[in-house]
Amino acid sequence: MRSLWRMKTYLRPYSTRLAVIWAASFLGTGIGIVIPLVGREVVDGPVARGDTAGLLPLALLALALGAVEALLVLVRRRLLADAVIGLETRIRDDLYRHLQRLPMAFHNAWQSGQLLSRATTDLSTIRRFLGFGMLFLVLITVQILTVTVLLLQMHWPLGLLVAASAVPVVVTSLRFERRYIDVSRRVQDQQGDLATVVEESAAGIRTIKAFGRGRHVYDAFDAGAREVYRTAMEKVRLSARFFTFLEVIPNVTLAAVLLLGALAVGSGTLSLGTLVAFTTLMLQLVWPISALGFILAMAQEAMTAADRVMEVMDVEPTIVGGARTVGRPSGHLRFEGAEFRFPGAAEPVLRDVWLEVRPGETVAVVGATGSGKTTLTALVPRLHDVTAGRVTIDGHDVRDLSLPALRSMVATAFEEPTLFSMSVRENLTLGRPDAAEEEIEAALRVAQAEFVHRLPWGLETRIGEQGMSLSGGQRQRLALARAVLSRPRVLVLDDTLSALDVETEALVEEALRHVLRDTTGIVVAHRASTVLIADRVALLSGGTIAHVGRHQELMASVPEYRALLSAGLEEDPDDRGGLDDDFDDDVDAEGALR
Amino acid sequence: MSGQDTADPAGTADPARATDPARATSTAGTAGTAGMVRDWRGVAAEDRDEIPEQVSLLLRDRSRRLLGDLLRPYRRRIAVLVALIVVSNVAALAIPYLVKVGIDAGIPPMAAGEGPAALVTVVAALLTAAVVQAATRRAFLGMSGRIGQRIILELRRRVFRHFQRLSLSFHDDYTSGRVVSRLTSDIDAISEMLQSGFDGLVTAVLTLVGTAAVLLFLDVRLGLVALLPLPVLLLFTRWFRRQSSLAYRRTRETVALVIVHFVESMTGIRAVQAFRGEPRNQEIFSRLNADYRDANVRSMHLIAVFMPGVKLIGNVTTAAVLFYGGLLASGGSVTVGVLAAFLLYLRQFYEPMQEISQFYNTFQSAGAALEKLSGVLEERPAVAEPREPVPLERPAGAIRFEGVEFSYRDGTPVLSRMDLEIPAGQVVALVGATGAGKTTLAKLVARFYDPVAGRVLLDGVDLRDLGEDALRAAVVVVTQENFLFSGTVADNVRFGRPDAAMDEVVEAARSVGAHDFIAALPQGYDTPVGKQGGRLSAGQRQLVAFARAFLADPAVLVLDEATSSLDVPGERLVQRAMRTILSGRTALVIAHRLSTVETADRVLVMDGGTIVEDGPPEALIARAGRFAGLHRAWLDSISDLPRPSG
Repeated sequence: MRSLWRMKTYLRPYSTRLAVIWAASFLGTGIGIVIPLVGREVVDGPVARGDTAGLLPLALLALALGAVEALLVLVRRRLLADAVIGLETRIRDDLYRHLQRLPMAFHNAWQSGQLLSRATTDLSTIRRFLGFGMLFLVLITVQILTVTVLLLQMHWPLGLLVAASAVPVVVTSLRFERRYIDVSRRVQDQQGDLATVVEESAAGIRTIKAFGRGRHVYDAFDAGAREVYRTAMEKVRLSARFFTFLEVIPNVTLAAVLLLGALAVGSGTLSLGTLVAFTTLMLQLVWPISALGFILAMAQEAMTAADRVMEVMDVEPTIVGGARTVGRPSGHLRFEGAEFRFPGAAEPVLRDVWLEVRPGETVAVVGATGSGKTTLTALVPRLHDVTAGRVTIDGHDVRDLSLPALRSMVATAFEEPTLFSMSVRENLTLGRPDAAEEEIEAALRVAQAEFVHRLPWGLETRIGEQGMSLSGGQRQRLALARAVLSRPRVLVLDDTLSALDVETEALVEEALRHVLRDTTGIVVAHRASTVLIADRVALLSGGTIAHVGRHQELMASVPEYRALLSAGLEEDPDDRGGLDDDFDDDVDAEGALR
Repeated sequence: MSGQDTADPAGTADPARATDPARATSTAGTAGTAGMVRDWRGVAAEDRDEIPEQVSLLLRDRSRRLLGDLLRPYRRRIAVLVALIVVSNVAALAIPYLVKVGIDAGIPPMAAGEGPAALVTVVAALLTAAVVQAATRRAFLGMSGRIGQRIILELRRRVFRHFQRLSLSFHDDYTSGRVVSRLTSDIDAISEMLQSGFDGLVTAVLTLVGTAAVLLFLDVRLGLVALLPLPVLLLFTRWFRRQSSLAYRRTRETVALVIVHFVESMTGIRAVQAFRGEPRNQEIFSRLNADYRDANVRSMHLIAVFMPGVKLIGNVTTAAVLFYGGLLASGGSVTVGVLAAFLLYLRQFYEPMQEISQFYNTFQSAGAALEKLSGVLEERPAVAEPREPVPLERPAGAIRFEGVEFSYRDGTPVLSRMDLEIPAGQVVALVGATGAGKTTLAKLVARFYDPVAGRVLLDGVDLRDLGEDALRAAVVVVTQENFLFSGTVADNVRFGRPDAAMDEVVEAARSVGAHDFIAALPQGYDTPVGKQGGRLSAGQRQLVAFARAFLADPAVLVLDEATSSLDVPGERLVQRAMRTILSGRTALVIAHRLSTVETADRVLVMDGGTIVEDGPPEALIARAGRFAGLHRAWLDSISDLPRPSG
């Protein structure tokens, strides 16, 4: 409830309209109640007396009332549509803005599907309640009360009977709704699981075909589909029972009203016109009463939805920029005893990292898989923050710099490049929206990514999931071009060339040497050829920088380094520095095979 | 007053259904009408799935065939359903009529002191009608629900099985996102139609027709007055339907774009933040969000006109009936009961109109979905199963290419007349630049494609004569994708042979050198690998894929560029594993890093779709041809000294 209440600020700009909406709603409902009463006047007045002259004014009154009622509905619906959709849109904008500010740590923990369901399903649940449910909850309550009072006034025993008939409907609705929501969720979950099977069977079709496992996968799918079927049938049975119940109660009540009403007319305690009005009014109550249960359930859902939205909105961004900017950055990067530990992890990934990269220098970072190389590079643009120690650029702690200032100094080309379903140009200029055409060309040349000109619409071709699909190597080259284009003081290459073939790699490396001549560089490398772009190499081992030096020095003096970078199986097993001692048995086995 | 106020079709169903980004894929293709939107989105080929929705009510032949095919098993039950719904509606319609009878025929006898006998009869009839209505309605809902769900189950199975049967050449063009939308959002659209649309439409039509009939039966003059506005109503509904289907479509397009942008910027947040893309992203998102808002507002405004419009027509009619009916009643030519019944019937007369308009969208999307599904089901697999498969008892693994040619569907030649003989047990490395035809050759061996001319033989049998099971048992491909399915490590290894016992799984893992890392995982072989194997490193995934292939124990193993993204220790591990898994089989190994090649018995160098060098690796190196050049370049790339530049 509190979460939902907090959303009221979003309704503030619409306060005048809301007042009009409420007024229109009450008036409209009132008229809806009055129209049948005109019917009573017709029956009891002109018809009973045979007074045709009195008929016309009453009919005109009914006509006027009917026109006004329709007009009021129009006003209400139009204004309400603007207000609630406006509210939904603004919350969604704010949510998106907020999510963009939250750090990687948050995004690693939250699946994008989870966030999406908050931005779409939950927000429209809230919109539906605020735009329809809340208003009607009040209106219906008022309507039920008014009509009941009217009925009680006309004939209190019948009125009481009608009022009492609301009890089972509301009780059953609420109970049904709970079970219905429960079973609907289960259907949804199971459909989600089924979708996962479909997704995998589509994405892994080559593997499935390669092993001829079509039947195996089909069995898994079929099991899931049957489960969905069973739960869906449960839902069908549940709602068949419930909807029937909803219809039967008012009909039975109507029969009772007719019986007792007719008896009352017979005994003279009730006029015939009143009975006609009574039955009409009573039928008017059928929908509000049965809707009451739904709307209460809707309110419940809206509250849950609001909680879910607020849960995300309330997460404080832990990585916020400082105030400082650097006038003419030179790109002097230092790690000073940096430590990084994932939240809740016992062991730090990185500890006591000391490393200096002077302006214009390039340092390669080498380490086994999982040694924390990527994490190390992520500390510079503050995608993650150190948990102890600090990282400085030109002597400023990166946490003191404003985020735009910091991140315009540092650019990273990631190993798994992220391309968006946008034009090539938009993807390239992510870090420099104002880049000139020549600069784009130059960056494409450095990254050997001129293939983009051969795409059907050149730079305007849409790529990514929803556009042209590119090979892994092409994607990496675009990511590299994007990083180069943003003209950073510090360029981070996180194993950016892994998917390139040997020749292209050589060309890219050659071009990169020029770029890195006056840019500070950190290059995560798996291969000797990439390491050779760098002036020095830092070996990351056991979570810290174990050795720093020139490639040849480390090759000569550090067995672990040699094990990481020298190819082939030829080297003496004793030199491997214990990295894969576990596999000695296999080596022996191979020896036997040979 | 009535169900009409619950109506909020404008996008409420939308986001809920389109929550899964993959589902939105198929609708997003056509968007980008606003000039500003095109700017950043770029240009792409229009999505061929998108069928103009206007035609979707007139289904194409193939959709009608599919529909008929799905419904056929339920012919009898559908007849029963029709009977049930008619009875149910008659009973429902009888209720206000019985109220009229009660007022007209029940009350006067009592006023005359003749006792309540007539009244009691009417009330009993009323109760009977209520019970009959409820019972038939419940039977109808249950039965139609069951049929609907059965049809959905059958459709799911059919489409899934068909996708699995279709060849890779089909899947190359048809992205996995589209497969997912066929099997999720399209099925959902049909399911929704079967669940609510069908029931709603039938009930609405029957109520409409039934009420009109009853009104005319009660009193022709008054009935005609009550039905007079009907043409206006129909015109008004038609206008609304057209407008709302446009609006609905626009809502779907805009929400799809919102979803795609949202999901992509959240999954790619690292790049967004690293490159300060937030303001630009916010700008794009706000614009898309505003487009979605406008589409939503448009369709809600339509409803805001339509609903009160129908109400106005209904209210005007009520006033007219009140006047004319009052006139007739005071003249004594109709009874008060008739007048009361008219007022009751008029209420339920105008409701269905509003509901039909709401179902319209449901019907449209279901129609479009059916078109797409029937289109998929009509695709024939390019690589067809033989009619009479030749059995292959114990495959030895000898491969022969006889005059094999291959070209892509657009006519680009890939392989030109290739003759090749690979004896059983030989390890062959395929070397060559990208586009030289290595992968194509491998895919022909696995019969992912069929040659355009010539034939590929396994142990002397044309691959086209082998049944799927026999072929896959003999030939297994490990691609660079190494797809891991969600489930445990053991599940993924067992994918190679689903009936393998646990110790066989462990044995396979041990053989390829994967056992140690698997045993070190938190739950060992029962560790879930995460989405697409995300919890394992690339090298570990590769080893699991090898263990899987090893467990499958094929006579022919094809390794298509498996080691590109591994680091040196990882590659070394894989190298070692490879010796084990290749021994005793025919193998085709494609690799650009030549370390793999050294383990081969024979090297084929390919260029432009032909084999340009063929021989044992040492011999080729000695010959100083292309392979020798490649080999030298490779040695340089892994050597410790910088290459001379230029």
